[in-house]
Amino acid sequence: MATALEPGVTRLGTPSDREVRITRAFDAPRRLVWAAWTSPEHQREWLTGPPGWTLPVVEDDFRPGGKWRRVWRKEDGEEMEMTGVNRVVNPPEKLVSTERWGPEWPETVNTLEFIEENGRTVVTLTILYPSKEARDAALQTGMKEGMDIGFVRLEEYLRKLA
Amino acid sequence: MPDTLSVTFAALADPTRRAILARLADGEASVKELAAPFSMSGPAISKHLKVLERAGLVSRGRDAQWRPRRLEAAPLREVAEWAETYRRFWDASFAKLDAYLDHLKQKEQDDGHRA
Repeated sequence: MATALEPGVTRLGTPSDREVRITRAFDAPRRLVWAAWTSPEHQREWLTGPPGWTLPVVEDDFRPGGKWRRVWRKEDGEEMEMTGVNRVVNPPEKLVSTERWGPEWPETVNTLEFIEENGRTVVTLTILYPSKEARDAALQTGMKEGMDIGFVRLEEYLRKLA
Repeated sequence: MPDTLSVTFAALADPTRRAILARLADGEASVKELAAPFSMSGPAISKHLKVLERAGLVSRGRDAQWRPRRLEAAPLREVAEWAETYRRFWDASFAKLDAYLDHLKQKEQDDGHRA
């Protein structure tokens, strides 16, 4: 059972060795959240990432086995591309897809679940990494802060280099 | 051939190896100096260094006798950028989705629930 979640608060957990789970409640019914998530036209309006970025390219085929591709662009021209395949599409409850940030990055399997409670929708995004090592490294390098002092020092050093 | 970022992730997954990298962030050091803070044998430290070298995180200096190890920051920068971008990406996008859902709800009301 999902516990009462306050809208606006993003929670992060580790349900298994290879997973990271992000949970977020939205103050809207499930069919709307599903619609906003599963149409390229809607995605362009919100899936834009940090300030200064836009999402000029969205291709998303929401049939099982359908490919998706998104390209984000920063004001200075920097681009970031993400691709994957939609494996399971169960409107308005569940979407399972693969995700890869370019050919050099580790592929993850992402499971999105939408649960409605009292007019609110709890979205759970479970990211399955190829190994525990990949998951731990991802957690330790910024997804969860303050886990490793050694690495924090490294990051400070890297900032100096940048 | 595993992709380079996975190799970097695997190399970073070990606390001893992260401690070695943190030490090298202060400047190059010999294997003996690197081993000093750990209750570990020379060969055990060398094994960790080999993993770090294969991941391109550590290189060997020119001094033939001393063979100091030094930090190679490029792969780390890539990992740090990836994770930080990912976290900020979801935070910012969810905030926008809140506003966009409000807009969709309002639109439905205005359309008299013809959704």
